[in-house]
Amino acid sequence: MTRDGDDLRVRVWRGGTDGAFQDFRVPHRPDQTVLDVVTWIQRHLAPGLAYRFACRVGMCGSCAMTVNGRPRWTCRSHVADVANGGRLDIEPLANLPIIRDLVADLTPFFEKWQGARGRFVPSAGRGDPTAAIAPSEPRRRQADLAVECINCAVCYAACDVVAWNGDYLGPAALNRAWVAFNDRRDGAPEELLRAVAGDAGCHGCHSQQSCSRHCPNELDPSRSIAGLKRAGLPAWLRGGDGL
Amino acid sequence: MTALVRHRGHPAYWAFLLHRLSGLLLALFLPAHFLVLGLALDEGAAFGAFIAWSEQPLVKLSEWLLLLALALHLTGGLRLLALEFLPWSERQKALLAASFGGAALFGAGFLFALV
Ligand code: SF4
Ligand code: SF4
Ligand code: FES
Repeated sequence: MTRDGDDLRVRVWRGGTDGAFQDFRVPHRPDQTVLDVVTWIQRHLAPGLAYRFACRVGMCGSCAMTVNGRPRWTCRSHVADVANGGRLDIEPLANLPIIRDLVADLTPFFEKWQGARGRFVPSAGRGDPTAAIAPSEPRRRQADLAVECINCAVCYAACDVVAWNGDYLGPAALNRAWVAFNDRRDGAPEELLRAVAGDAGCHGCHSQQSCSRHCPNELDPSRSIAGLKRAGLPAWLRGGDGL
Repeated sequence: MTALVRHRGHPAYWAFLLHRLSGLLLALFLPAHFLVLGLALDEGAAFGAFIAWSEQPLVKLSEWLLLLALALHLTGGLRLLALEFLPWSERQKALLAASFGGAALFGAGFLFALV
């Protein structure tokens, strides 16, 4: 437990992969978030500290870091909930290259969104009528369950398969592919299933469910990946190429 | 230790770990199993000596552990099949409990058969 007024003992990662922790003491305030702590350190103690944030309200997905060993969105993680006896260890997200201090390089993460064909392929043109998709449609419901992803890469940092296999597309990209697959306006579902098949795709997932456990938006990428595995099966049985 | 646990401290991860470790153990055990079965076919005396040796309590205990590993691997595999081929259930913990429960029952049953 931390009491207001006590100092927090904070260790912050400085430098690149071969960097080290630097110790700080930060006054504990009521309702303080981990992002508040990082900002306080940068304003008062270490002006050169690099970190990333934008919205501060859990919308943009840019503030994720490793806090006491767990990936979290820092703007909505309260110190009172996550500090361990007044201690905080703050590191950049795991499974990604470190640019500097608390800033991870998300390039591989977003490249994998492209790899999982995480974009929409239209099946109709400008002149066609707008597709009416009722909120009650089963596939629309499936998509709804997975669509609120903020690209924070928390799940990606929590997944051991990502750590083991550098090519593995990872939970967020596969979750996104599941959303696209359930969009019945999408013009190339087989192409999508092909992009996410194989060992680097949905079949690489061991259903460890760390992604679902840690996703701050309470999405369940594990469920989406199981959906992709199932969706690929009939296409594979029909003799689909590359499935 | 805490560095190892980090993001992994939750039931579905333990289930994965148990499934992997029990699988490895069984894979290591299988060649020995076939070797002894081969003895029974070709060298009756050696097989008899082995059976006598296997009556020791410590061997019995490891036999039981092996059976438990088999049960864990079996129920864990059924859980994975359910998870991947049946419609997704929110009750992942119940599924886990069922697979561990099945393995525990099996283990207890074999323990009674042993003693
Ligand atoms: S369920 Fe799959 S994608 Fe999610 S953390 Fe586990 S292995 Fe990674
Ligand atoms: S699925 Fe969840 S944890 Fe993963 S990037 Fe999206 S919001 Fe973040
Ligand atoms: S700063 Fe935008 S999600 Fe945390």
